[in-house]
Amino acid sequence: MSEQDLKKTPLYDAHVAAGARMVPFAGYHMPVQYKDGVLKEHLWTREHAGLFDVSHMGQARLRGDNPAKSFEKLVSADYQGLKPGKQRYAVLLNAEGGVIDDLMTARPDDDGLFIVVNGACKDNDYKIIAEALAGEATVERLEDRALLALQGPEAAPVLAAHIPEAANMVFMDSAAVTAFGTDVLISRSGYTGEDGYEISVPSTEAARIWNTLLEDERVKAIGLGARDSLRLEAGLPLYGHDMDETVSPIEAGMPFAVGKSRREAGDYLGADRIGKELAGDLKRVRVNLKVLEGAPAREGAEIADADGAVIGKVTSGGFGPSFGGAIAIGFVPPQYNVVGSELKVIVRGKPQKAEVVTSPFVPTRYVRKL
Amino acid sequence: MKFTKDHEWVEVAGDVATVGITAYAAEQLGDVVFVEVPEVGKTVKQGEALAVVESVKAASDVYAPVSGEVVEANETLGDSPETVNAAPEAGGWFAKVKLNNPAELNALMDRDAYEAFLGTL
Repeated sequence: MSEQDLKKTPLYDAHVAAGARMVPFAGYHMPVQYKDGVLKEHLWTREHAGLFDVSHMGQARLRGDNPAKSFEKLVSADYQGLKPGKQRYAVLLNAEGGVIDDLMTARPDDDGLFIVVNGACKDNDYKIIAEALAGEATVERLEDRALLALQGPEAAPVLAAHIPEAANMVFMDSAAVTAFGTDVLISRSGYTGEDGYEISVPSTEAARIWNTLLEDERVKAIGLGARDSLRLEAGLPLYGHDMDETVSPIEAGMPFAVGKSRREAGDYLGADRIGKELAGDLKRVRVNLKVLEGAPAREGAEIADADGAVIGKVTSGGFGPSFGGAIAIGFVPPQYNVVGSELKVIVRGKPQKAEVVTSPFVPTRYVRKL
Repeated sequence: MKFTKDHEWVEVAGDVATVGITAYAAEQLGDVVFVEVPEVGKTVKQGEALAVVESVKAASDVYAPVSGEVVEANETLGDSPETVNAAPEAGGWFAKVKLNNPAELNALMDRDAYEAFLGTL
């Protein structure tokens, strides 16, 4: 995609004015960092509140007699059992149980389902969803909405000043509210491991709301660079890297993506494979590695056993600013995924010691009860 | 001090060139979290990878602005990679290279030419 074809979010001008470094991402001009840089932005989010523009992500409504039932043909979650005011994670599956995308679905109100999918996948997702739902339910792309994420330990007090109802929500609650003088959809969730909210607003109001939130001295704009290091420390997989059409949600370490009722019914795509994997028959699993020496192991680096035999690959890796060292996610045969054991990562031809650790790398701070 | 279009600098004393990256390059990289310096005794050709510098986000090669033998490496960067950001054109040097073709220096930019080059980016 050439530079000219890249789209702009409603916050493009605000990013440029703030001195952001803009990069192509998912077909959009997106801020990878602002003036403070990735490291400081990461740490600010862990200590205060970071404001992210994630308007490249796809927002849509599914409407019909029973859109949840229709949607369950494609996804792993129990969405018929999704209660009003709640949000739930799922993966969009192919026939082999691989992941076409991962997504969030919410019932913020009585207007069907509200879904949020990855920006780079959204056109394909909507096509697949529209085909599967044809005659039963409709997909309406909400092209006129922006999506902000406010994340960090001070996100809740900051947002409560504008949206008092937000304080009464817990992790994965969803609500439709009137705030900032307009209609807003919020969920208490995010992609950093911190407490926080994702906030869907009309595009025409986005810059005003963005600037209003930034007026609070506890809030700074944070780029996609820090979003990536934050999610990596939180042990959250990134679609297209840690998950793709060959990887199942079980291999990716996301078994909760497959709802209990769905497991019992076995009525989802790829149920043969995923059912076996849930019973323990896995060829590979996600491994979480702390790199004990040398350079950070990044995507594509080979993983070897203690004797140096290659057993897998890193799918996401880098330096964890809050962790204080290099960390990586990769895939290995299950017998190697033993917490505390030593493996190696091969960086620029050199084997370096790494230790299998638990996920998340940095404790998550979701507010599960008030 | 002389400069390359890849944003390395060299400072020559006698027949030894000290090599680092420019303040512009350090700013572009962002916070440096890891540096891999070359082993002493390694011979490098002009334009070959001499060192690796890593930010939170990515790894970047540092290319040798001149050919020669590495006679000293800045091992302090192992514990203090942030020196590359704090003092890119001083304490953040990567290696000292004994020149085997001093004429290579003639093709490098002086500071005025480098500043003018930055203006075109």
